[in-house]
Amino acid sequence: MENKAIKILVVDDFATMRKVVRNLLKQIGYENIVEAEDGVSALKLLKSQKVDFIVSDWNMPNMTGLDLLKAVRADSELSATPFLMVTAEALQDNVVAAVRAGVSNYIVKPFTAETLNGKIQKIMEKI
Amino acid sequence: MDVRFVNAFLEGTLNVLKTMAFIEPRPGKPYLKQDNIAVGDISGIIGMTGAARGSLALSFSGSCILRVVSNMLGEEITDLNADIQDAVGEITNMISGAARKNLEAKGFNITAAIPTVVFGSGHSIIHVMGGPSIIIPFETDYGPFVVDICISDAKA
Repeated sequence: MENKAIKILVVDDFATMRKVVRNLLKQIGYENIVEAEDGVSALKLLKSQKVDFIVSDWNMPNMTGLDLLKAVRADSELSATPFLMVTAEALQDNVVAAVRAGVSNYIVKPFTAETLNGKIQKIMEKI
Repeated sequence: MDVRFVNAFLEGTLNVLKTMAFIEPRPGKPYLKQDNIAVGDISGIIGMTGAARGSLALSFSGSCILRVVSNMLGEEITDLNADIQDAVGEITNMISGAARKNLEAKGFNITAAIPTVVFGSGHSIIHVMGGPSIIIPFETDYGPFVVDICISDAKA
């Protein structure tokens, strides 16, 4: 079911990319957006407020997107949160690792608002 | 240099700038670069390893990168600030990713490091492999930029 009021967490170590993703989300109607600059900050934020959907970069210092995904799936309170992985590469080994860790879907940079919307809708339809 | 590498980075560059910044650069004729002096005002560099080893650098003229990042962010940026440096790193990362995905389909499994960004007139670009690099020059309506690659098959 489409629900544009959901709170989306955008995780990326590049401030520019967080801004780009935020702009794309706004273009497709999502206004309730929070940000974190890496996996460690994201986990801290997830412990302090309810988030309905996570859009996370893969390649980040301190804690990668894959490690964040594993931490989210291992936490009983967070484990059901939809997780869209953003990556600059869709190399086969990475895709397999993300699927094994329980990723909801992944999106390869660069992407358009339309592609992002399609990925989010696909995930939300399964909930 | 293997023409498959050149084509992968050329296609990756066109794809990333068209999708993220709505700009369609016009590629020129590639040439061999013998020195370390950057062609542009700000450059992003990323190392790569695996089935092919080397590095990719993107070097933008100031006017070009200001338009690219302004389009990406949907807001006017008028000086080479932290947003620009951050964006150059991310663009370098994306082009490297797009090219590596292309090369994976040709049997080259390549991983990349975190990009670094350098700027200032006449700054240097040092490729980890040393030796001459291939420059692919691009023109846009907002000024030029180049893709500077030095990469070779690890088995060669």
